[in-house]
Amino acid sequence: MRLCSTHPKSKAMWHGDYWFLLTNLIFKDFRIRYRNMSLGMLWSLLNPLIMLVVYTFVFTKIFTTTVEHWVVFILCGIIPFNFFAVAWLSGTTSLVDNAGLIKRVTVPREIIPITSVLSNCLHLAIQIALLLTMVIITGVGVNVYWLFLPLIWALELLTVIGMALLFSALNVYVRDTRYFVESANLVLFWLVPIFYPFSMIPAQFKDLYQYNPVAALVLAMREIVLDAKAPSAGLLTKLALVSFFALGTGYLFFRRMKPGFYSHL
Amino acid sequence: MSAKAKTIVCENVWKTFHLHAGQKLLRHHIASWLGKDPAHEFHALKGVTFDVAKGEGLAVIGSNGAGKSTLLSIVTGLARPEKGVVQVNGRVAALLELGSGFHPDLTGRENVYLNAALLGFSGQQTKDMFDGVVEFAGVREFIDEPLRAYSNGMMLRLAFSVAVNANPDVFIIDEVLAVGDQDFQAKCYERIRGFRRSGKTFLCVSHNPQILLELCDRAIWLDQGEMMMCDKISDVIEAYEGRAAVR
Repeated sequence: MRLCSTHPKSKAMWHGDYWFLLTNLIFKDFRIRYRNMSLGMLWSLLNPLIMLVVYTFVFTKIFTTTVEHWVVFILCGIIPFNFFAVAWLSGTTSLVDNAGLIKRVTVPREIIPITSVLSNCLHLAIQIALLLTMVIITGVGVNVYWLFLPLIWALELLTVIGMALLFSALNVYVRDTRYFVESANLVLFWLVPIFYPFSMIPAQFKDLYQYNPVAALVLAMREIVLDAKAPSAGLLTKLALVSFFALGTGYLFFRRMKPGFYSHL
Repeated sequence: MSAKAKTIVCENVWKTFHLHAGQKLLRHHIASWLGKDPAHEFHALKGVTFDVAKGEGLAVIGSNGAGKSTLLSIVTGLARPEKGVVQVNGRVAALLELGSGFHPDLTGRENVYLNAALLGFSGQQTKDMFDGVVEFAGVREFIDEPLRAYSNGMMLRLAFSVAVNANPDVFIIDEVLAVGDQDFQAKCYERIRGFRRSGKTFLCVSHNPQILLELCDRAIWLDQGEMMMCDKISDVIEAYEGRAAVR
C-alpha cells in the first residue's frame, strides 16, 4: 500500500529484485557502450596505451624524469584519476540523462547514479589488467600486498558513489553542476600526483593531500605496487573516513532531493 | 461499498508545477534568490477527488493539458501531489509512454529482461514469463533484433505484453493502445477484460472513445486541472463531446 499526503512520508513503492535490476542496468550500459564501436572493448585498452605513449614521450624526451619504473608509476596515477573523473562525471549527469526512466518508471532513483558509477568498472578492470601486464613486463613484479587493492578500490568506489548521489541530485536542480564537475576534474588532474612523486609535495601540504580521495588512492597504489609494502594505516584511515563521509552525505542529500526530481526533469 | 474494496482513492489532489522549473541554470536560481523572478505557478490538478473499486475500469478524458497524464503519474507513484491524499493498494504497472524503459540499441530480448527488472521481477520470474511475453506480443522472429528496427506497433506489442504479464493489481495505460493494429487491439481488450474479471483495476487515458467504451465503465473528465464530471462512461463522453462541439 502506498500513501501520499500533505506530509509525504510515502513508503518505498518498488519492491523488486534490486540485484537483478542493477545487473540489467549495468549490462544495458555495457552493451550500448561497446556494441556500437567496431573495436569494442579494445578502446578501453587503447585509450590508456595512447596516453601512456604521449606522457612517456613528454616526460622522458622533453622534461626528463628521474622516477624509477616510469610506466608503472604513471599508470598508478592515471588509472585512479581516469576512473574517478569519468565515473564522477557520468554519475553526475546520470539522472538528467535518464530523465525518461525517472519520469515514466517507478524504479528506485538511487539505482540510476549507482549504476552509472559501477558501469565504469569493466573499463577499470581492463586498465588494471594493463597495469598487471606492465608490472610483469618491466620486472617490477607482483607482491603479496596486492591483496590490499580490492580494499582501497572498494573505498574509492564508495566515495565516487557518494559523490555521484550528491552531484546527480544537484544537477537536476542546477544544470550547471556538470560543468562545475568538468572543471573540477581539470583542476584535480594537477592536484593528484600523477606525474610527480608524493615526496615532491611540500611538507605543510602533505597531510591535506591525503584527504583528497584520488590522491590517497594513488599513494596507496604506489606504496603497494612500487614499494611493495602495505599502505600506511594513517592513509587507509583517511581514505575510509573520506569515503564514508562522502557516501553518508551523498545519500542523505539524495534522499532529501528526490521527491522533486519528477517536477524538475 | 467498504473502503477495503477500493484499489485507488484520491482525495482533493493538487499538483502544482513551477514554470521553467525544468531547465534551471544557476542564473535562474540567483534571480529567484534576489526576488527578480516572479514565481510562475501552474496548477495541473486542482482538487481532484475520485476512487476506483476492485475490478473497475476508469477512463480519464479531457483536452490536451487538462492534467490527465499528471493524474496518472501521481497514481503510479512517480509524482507527489502538493496537497491531498493518494492511496493505492497493490502493485501498479503503467505504460505511460511508448518505449519508456526501452532502449533502441538493445534487442527485443534484452529489452524484455530490462523492463521486467524495472518492474521489479527477479531473474527466475523473468525467465518463466519470457515465452508468454513473446508469444502474446507476436514478435518471435524479431526478438533478437535491436529495437531500433521495430515499428511503433511492434514496440507497443512488446511493452504491453511485458506490463500485462507482470500481472499487476492496477494496470495504467496512457494513450498508447492506438498504435496497435486491430488484431492486437482486440487481443489487448480481451486481456484487459479478463484482468478486470479477476478483480484487477484498470485506468486509462485516451482520445479514442471506442477504446474507452470498450474497456471502462466509468470516466472522469478533467478540464484545466479541474474535475468536471465523474460518472458512467457513456454519459461523460457524451457531455465531453457536447461541450467540445459548443466551443
